[in-house]
Amino acid sequence: MFDGIMLGLSTVLDFNNLMYVIAGCLVGTFIGMLPGLGPITAIALMIPITYSIGADSGMILMAGVYYGAIFGGSTSSILINAPGVAGTVASSFDGYPLAKQGHAGKALAIAAYSSFIGGTIGAILLMVAAPLLAKVSLSFQSPDYVVLMFLGLTAIAAFSNKGQFLKAMMMTVFGLMLATVGIDPSSGTDRFTFGQPDLLDGISFLLVAMATFALAEALVNVVKPEKKDAKNINDSDTPQIGSTKLSKAEVKEIAPVIGRSSILGFIVGVLPGAGATIASFMAYATERNLAPKGLKEKFGKGSLRGLAAPESANNAACTGSFVPLLTLGIPGSGTTAIMLGALIAYGIQPGPMLMQENPSVFWAVIVSMYFGNIVLLILNLPLIPYFAKVLAMPKSVLTVMILFFSLIGVYLVSFNTFDLFMMVGFAVVALILRLLSFPMAPLLLGFILGDMIERNFRRSMMISDGSLSFLWDRPLTLSIFIISILVLLFPLKDYLMQRREDKANA
Amino acid sequence: MKLFKSFKSVKTTIIAASLVLSSPLAIADTHFLIPGGPGGGWDTTARGIGEGLVKSGIEGNASFQNMSGGGGGRAIAYLIESGTKKGDILMVNSTPIVLRALSGRIPYSYRDLTPVASMVADYGAFVVRNDSPFKTWEDVIKSIKEDPSSIKVAGGSARGSMDHLVAAQAVKAAGIDGRRLRYIPYDAGGKAKAGLLSGEVNLLSTGLSEALEVANGGQARILAVTSGKPLPDYPEIPTLKSLGYDMEFVNWRGLFAAPNLPAEKLAQYTKKLRELQSTPEWEAVRARNGWLNLFQEKDEFIKSLEAQEAQLKVVMEELGFIRAAR
Repeated sequence: MFDGIMLGLSTVLDFNNLMYVIAGCLVGTFIGMLPGLGPITAIALMIPITYSIGADSGMILMAGVYYGAIFGGSTSSILINAPGVAGTVASSFDGYPLAKQGHAGKALAIAAYSSFIGGTIGAILLMVAAPLLAKVSLSFQSPDYVVLMFLGLTAIAAFSNKGQFLKAMMMTVFGLMLATVGIDPSSGTDRFTFGQPDLLDGISFLLVAMATFALAEALVNVVKPEKKDAKNINDSDTPQIGSTKLSKAEVKEIAPVIGRSSILGFIVGVLPGAGATIASFMAYATERNLAPKGLKEKFGKGSLRGLAAPESANNAACTGSFVPLLTLGIPGSGTTAIMLGALIAYGIQPGPMLMQENPSVFWAVIVSMYFGNIVLLILNLPLIPYFAKVLAMPKSVLTVMILFFSLIGVYLVSFNTFDLFMMVGFAVVALILRLLSFPMAPLLLGFILGDMIERNFRRSMMISDGSLSFLWDRPLTLSIFIISILVLLFPLKDYLMQRREDKANA
Repeated sequence: MKLFKSFKSVKTTIIAASLVLSSPLAIADTHFLIPGGPGGGWDTTARGIGEGLVKSGIEGNASFQNMSGGGGGRAIAYLIESGTKKGDILMVNSTPIVLRALSGRIPYSYRDLTPVASMVADYGAFVVRNDSPFKTWEDVIKSIKEDPSSIKVAGGSARGSMDHLVAAQAVKAAGIDGRRLRYIPYDAGGKAKAGLLSGEVNLLSTGLSEALEVANGGQARILAVTSGKPLPDYPEIPTLKSLGYDMEFVNWRGLFAAPNLPAEKLAQYTKKLRELQSTPEWEAVRARNGWLNLFQEKDEFIKSLEAQEAQLKVVMEELGFIRAAR
């Protein structure tokens, strides 16, 4: 392994390759920052360039763009509530409230540190355990994904406290319903497409996220301007960005969160059927369940833990997704599928033999990840005050910009005007629901996870001949299943204890 | 010098960015319409052909436009509506245009367009895990005949789409009712591969290029391919025909133009694409993407489209995806 690291170092320290790391991170961060444009667009843009440079440099560049885009993606989630990538949805749950409370600087700094540590821990794990983890990733079958995603769905609990339970559940169901639109994979028939060919491929995640989060938020600002905002307009020279510095107590609070979430994120990222999105939701749900009593309620309202967890998990998961890509030749996401195509185009065969046959590519990618993460941190930290200045813009300008960028973002991905109309329709519905204080996060959670749960569940049913026994046939499935049941029952215990106390006091 | 190099790569970035975002109004000799998003199979095909044409000097300029929606239906509608008014547009498409027209999902067929030429091909392939007890395609057939539920076939798309239909046709050629085939749909080719390697299914029906990605890695074996003749690059993979099953299937990718394309314009296109075939630039693009050449000019292309339509119609009727016409 030491030889490998040296080989990787000598490749990466080449001046050109170092430039590619920096260029990749830079391009990735900026593209990722634009709401709507995620890693897949960023990497697709890079393909023509990568063909003209060598395999090592090309993969280094693409990897840099990939994690750079995930790094940058959180910025729009935090500042304007516009998660352009599914993996950063969970970052907006607490990141955006933090920014609204005037801690944008701190939120962005936490995101940067968490991403940095998540990425670095991921790179270390990738280095020491890639071949071993490749086997683990193949031990996961459809039933395991069902229960894993079920576990992710428990994150909804964060939005259901204080009498919001029914509303959160209704929004979840709404999200699940939206996920059913399109061709039903198991029977091949159309569902809820109303004869409209544009609905055949289903509703895109980006559209729903942009409409219900970014657009609806901007519209709420128009319909119901907050008093604090009115002051902001007059006083735009002193924007409410807040310091980027973290206090010692805060560092102490989030350090274990980042550590746990990085490892969890990496492991989930290794699974080809899961990836960064599930990783961030699971980290979020886990940390909420682990949080001490007083801090649990802060989740969803600007918790530092609630931001650090998904941010470290999604970056670690991105790194994790290189395990099945490099050691098995299996892409877990659209982004890694493009990278696989590029590898094949270089004549490099990913698989168990990659480490022997093309060690320079393997090690160069891993070593470049260390550098890339450092570059991203150096690049992002000083820029935070400037990014955050976005919030200092007068609301009348900012709102229009958000509307513009979210619509453009969706259009640039599909080039379909139907999507724009649908998006505006969703935004109006979301606006009404927002004004009636329905939470939007459960809708998006239900939408993202619902689709994956359904596909995996029905696949499991088909494989097990229509019997539910797949839930307990294999120890792996059963253990995750039991964990998620416990997680669900956990709040019940608190509730019962509370009641007993109340009774004792009465 | 090195600084200059990296500067050059920045410049390339800008050019690439403007290529991707170029509008249909850009002045170009050939404009490619891509019915799907950036990065997909149609996208790489169109951009690959464009790259070959420009780099070999056959064409001065090529521009690209992505238009997804409706499983490609939106782009087809656009091409029919705008006709030749918007200049020279070539749309890339493949087997799904036949398939989705048959299922009625898109209200058009290739007959509403001018087929220009088919360019490249992929074939269906059947893959098992390395440690699978099935050593040959015959073993699989034997097992299905004894117990149809013993074989679970994974595919990277929904029921009734290509991976499923190809597998159903292949078993039908061995005298097995396609409806008895257990097809397990996955969201994407990559996830279907993971499903095969995890052992929850024991056969994978996919395209040859994807099959080679896992087989060359040494974790899976390709039992059979659906090409009519053994492939020159992979003579060791048996074809279904060579095994005595009368079935072949080609997933072509080709180019279409507006319905009212003048004959001289078609001749121009055909000439350029024919010229492209023998250039080293095209060979580079083709090899890089692992495509197999399948150049057919209009008449031959239409004939193969008709044949494929008839073939798919039969299997879709048998599987109950479309009602048999009386």
